[in-house]
Amino acid sequence: MSAHAETLHHGPAKGISRWILTTNHKDIGTLYLVFSLIMLFIGGTMAFVIRAELFQPGLQLVMPEFFNQMTTMHGLIMIFGAVMPAFVGLANWQVPLMIGAPDMALPRLNNFSFWILPFAFTMLLSTLFMPGGAPDFGWTFYAPLSTTYAPPSVTFFVFAVHMMGISSILGAINVIVTIFNMRAPGMKMMDLPLFVWSWLITAFLLIAVMPVLAAVVTMVLMDVHFGTSFFSAGGGGDPVLFQHVFWFFAHPEVYIMVLPAFGVISEIIPTFSRKPLFGYRAMVLATIAIAFLSFIVWAHHMFTVGMPLTGELFFMYTTMLIAVPTGVKVFNWISTMFRGAMTFETPMLFAIAFIVLFTIGGLSGLMLAIAPADFQYHDTYFVVAHFHYVLVPGSVFGIIAAVYYWLPKWSGNMYDEKLGQWHFWLSFIGVNLTFFPMHFVGLAGMPRRIPDYALQFADFNMLTSLGAFLFGTTQLLFVYILVKTVRSGKPAEQLPWEGARGLEWSVPTPAPYHTFTTPPELNKE
Amino acid sequence: MFRRLHLLCLALVLPPAPLRALEFNMPVGVTDTSQSIFNLHMTIFYICLAIAVVVFGVMLWSIYHHRKSKGHEAAQFHGNILVEVIWTTIPFLILIAIAIPSTITLKDLYDTTESDIDIQVTGHQWKWHYKYIGEDVDFFSVLATPREEIENRKKKNPNYLLEVDNPVVVPVHKKIRFLFTSNDVIHAWWVPDLAIKKDAIPGFINESWTRINEPGLYRGQCAELCGKHHAFMPIELKAVSEAEYETWLAEQKTAQEAAVAAAEKDWSMEELMNTGATVYEKNCAACHQADGSGMPPTFPPLDGSAIVQGEKIDHMKIVVNGRVEKGMPAFGKQLSAVDIAAAITFERNSWGNQTDDMVTPAEVQDLMDKQ
Amino acid sequence: MKSWLKPSSPGGLVLIVVLMFGFGFALVPLYDVFCEVTGLNGKTKGAYQGQINAQAAPSERTITVQFIANRNDNLSWDFVAEEEEIKLSVGERKQTHFSVNNTYDKAVVAQAIPSVSPPQAADYLNKIECFCFQRQPLEAGEAKQFPLVFFIDPALPEDISKLTLSYTLFDISDRNSNGED
Repeated sequence: MSAHAETLHHGPAKGISRWILTTNHKDIGTLYLVFSLIMLFIGGTMAFVIRAELFQPGLQLVMPEFFNQMTTMHGLIMIFGAVMPAFVGLANWQVPLMIGAPDMALPRLNNFSFWILPFAFTMLLSTLFMPGGAPDFGWTFYAPLSTTYAPPSVTFFVFAVHMMGISSILGAINVIVTIFNMRAPGMKMMDLPLFVWSWLITAFLLIAVMPVLAAVVTMVLMDVHFGTSFFSAGGGGDPVLFQHVFWFFAHPEVYIMVLPAFGVISEIIPTFSRKPLFGYRAMVLATIAIAFLSFIVWAHHMFTVGMPLTGELFFMYTTMLIAVPTGVKVFNWISTMFRGAMTFETPMLFAIAFIVLFTIGGLSGLMLAIAPADFQYHDTYFVVAHFHYVLVPGSVFGIIAAVYYWLPKWSGNMYDEKLGQWHFWLSFIGVNLTFFPMHFVGLAGMPRRIPDYALQFADFNMLTSLGAFLFGTTQLLFVYILVKTVRSGKPAEQLPWEGARGLEWSVPTPAPYHTFTTPPELNKE
Repeated sequence: MFRRLHLLCLALVLPPAPLRALEFNMPVGVTDTSQSIFNLHMTIFYICLAIAVVVFGVMLWSIYHHRKSKGHEAAQFHGNILVEVIWTTIPFLILIAIAIPSTITLKDLYDTTESDIDIQVTGHQWKWHYKYIGEDVDFFSVLATPREEIENRKKKNPNYLLEVDNPVVVPVHKKIRFLFTSNDVIHAWWVPDLAIKKDAIPGFINESWTRINEPGLYRGQCAELCGKHHAFMPIELKAVSEAEYETWLAEQKTAQEAAVAAAEKDWSMEELMNTGATVYEKNCAACHQADGSGMPPTFPPLDGSAIVQGEKIDHMKIVVNGRVEKGMPAFGKQLSAVDIAAAITFERNSWGNQTDDMVTPAEVQDLMDKQ
Repeated sequence: MKSWLKPSSPGGLVLIVVLMFGFGFALVPLYDVFCEVTGLNGKTKGAYQGQINAQAAPSERTITVQFIANRNDNLSWDFVAEEEEIKLSVGERKQTHFSVNNTYDKAVVAQAIPSVSPPQAADYLNKIECFCFQRQPLEAGEAKQFPLVFFIDPALPEDISKLTLSYTLFDISDRNSNGED
């Protein structure tokens, strides 16, 4: 394989205008990743406020109305500000490198897609300081709590969501067009690395469902300001309609938040097992199956809404079914490890933890799928435990693993392995201490979205809060590691990981500003 | 901590019944439905546990044995179609095995045989209202935990946040049908011991039924975010013998009549202020605050308010009829004339308000009758 | 397929985005159609259009119908069902009343929204005359009695012997739309 080193073009511009005007996929990838890290800390601060209030029974620190703003904003920031942009950042850095393309297909659109986000989040965060406060109706904004009974900031919430949606849609268009049209000559679809496949499928999910979010949020705006009654029975509407349209978007959304992580794991496990990914074809098909199924399970979020028996059974069956392709993926990862020659550097640690802890989240998801049992789980901390397991030691660990994995190629320097191990173990302990007890209090009867609780839930809540403080503080160590690596890390090898395969490793370390300005010649593998 | 760990391990291997005492798990409950849901839950939990043990066991074994540092050489196999088919089919079959009892349990919940008693349950921000259909009995059920406990000025009692002033009372062994709706936003009525959780949706009714096997006091909470006091609108359900239920029902009916009579008697300023303080804390403080300072601009302050210090009739009209566009409920529909008169008198003579006015229950009853 | 319309091109993808945005809005009428066709969600049908056969012998099968009257959002109007429970035969035409009293000192417009439980019974409840069909204006202090004329379709499933019809009264004075069911 050949690749031109840095070259004919001048290097990156100097100063702040570099970052504002850049159309370079590496710069934009960095922008997304740095932005998402900042959002992680903002959302994490809100989690701290939540867990500090829930440390003990009684109201100690915040008023219930502010608590509801914290839970709402924590969800919105983490989903739309931390997890999703981080994956877009990874896509931006890695997709062109992995397919031998010089950049994304639509570089100026790429810049625009990113820069929408700081504006959207400034608007959203500013609602905390508005009269009436920030949105307080949960990130799921059910009507009529989010329409008739909403604070004035609901309007800004709607516009912020519109902006984030546009950013995601444009980013997804870019990813699809790039993957379809700019692969190196000779690279067929079934030669694509799994990370690229995962992002291709995720991008299709995004363009299919983000517009539905835009529609439902527009309907909320119309009910609030233009006298319509989409969701008000008095005008001929129905609050349950809101839930159907919202979850039609939001269920695929949760797969949007996890499929790229699956892709990352499928890159990391083979490298550190020194063995090819087991069952490439099955992995691709399983991901596609998950994506299709994700469209027909939405009402499992609504089992207590009063649906008829047929409806409840349908959604119970389809939701259970989605466990099958997910299980296939887990088995394939383990089979990749099996009879490999494993080493356990930091990316591998996070990847292995992902497999175990995401699977735990998946199994609690299977329990939730059982409609009659869900009558006891719905809207309790059991659900909170489930989705935090799949999102935090799931998606977030996947993002962290990806950063450790590719950072040497991005920056040219190795991170400190010892510090990385500390980060991993403290995070692993923190995450389990935080979210495992939530299963118990949920089963024992603690509802969600409450600032105060009955005494029998006290012990586990205290444990959870301690775990959260540990986990959150540990992420400061992550920032330290990143800064130290970029500033003064040991220079990395051309191939930092012995078992790594893929086009991205063929470029110099650090990756030059412009790569694959002429397409690479591919070996037949 | 170690004791808990020990109990947890026991919990995982013992049959369902003893688990109930631990705070780790769902209650078995007191109805046939709740028991079958509990059994379903435990069965599926054990299946998930078994899957996890096998899958993680293989993985952990591999992590130990297939380490490079142990000298293990990597094999280079890529895939195996037979194995893929097997581990697609076996989970699929396990799911079918799980789906069958789940379907049966769910079907039973849709039973429409005629109920013995029907109770309409209406969710309000932030309390429940119960109406026994066909009887002339209805009442609100409001959180009874004192403010001092919530604000950490007094030790919390064992039923902290799970106690109400008027529990809903039902007889055992009868089919009770609940009809759920809401006055404002979506709430959800949840009593774990009955395994009933149903959304209360404004403009629509939902139903759930139960047949309780054991008398007792069962506590639950609202299970759908409904605004700032979502955590503060619990449910207390008292299941009693049929005879006790009939007695209670009769008492409720006479109590309504007694409330009307009480409006006619003479009330002293002191009596009104005392009653008023309690009524105010339960019904008004949520929005207008314990010190009358309100939360402007949404909830106006009562301390120093022109209306509270002005003409009695204007003050009474607002409390009785509410101001719906501003979110003030029509308390004439929720509270007795005595309670309304007491609250108004209390407001007019508390904090910085010293009108020396007394509003009698008879005056309030008169206003409500005239409308 | 034109190259700019393919899903691998920006044009094609934007088209998908636009179509899905429209689909989001299309879900609104689709939801109502689905509810009507399947009879789910306890939504009652509109006015009964057919003929009712007054000569038919009254059926042996008796059904209990309960009536619930709710006021949305703490309205201070009085809204009461004259009868909370009626027993009638399937196919029998029955009339009952609801009284509404506007206690405000200004004119209002009310809309009654019906809902039936169990939901599968909704399809069998035929309303011949119902105050829920139109918006109901009320002067300040005005009280009215509204009739409801209905019958239960004999095809009501055998396992249902009791159903509940709830009306929730909404204040739609500030809406210009017709809140027609």
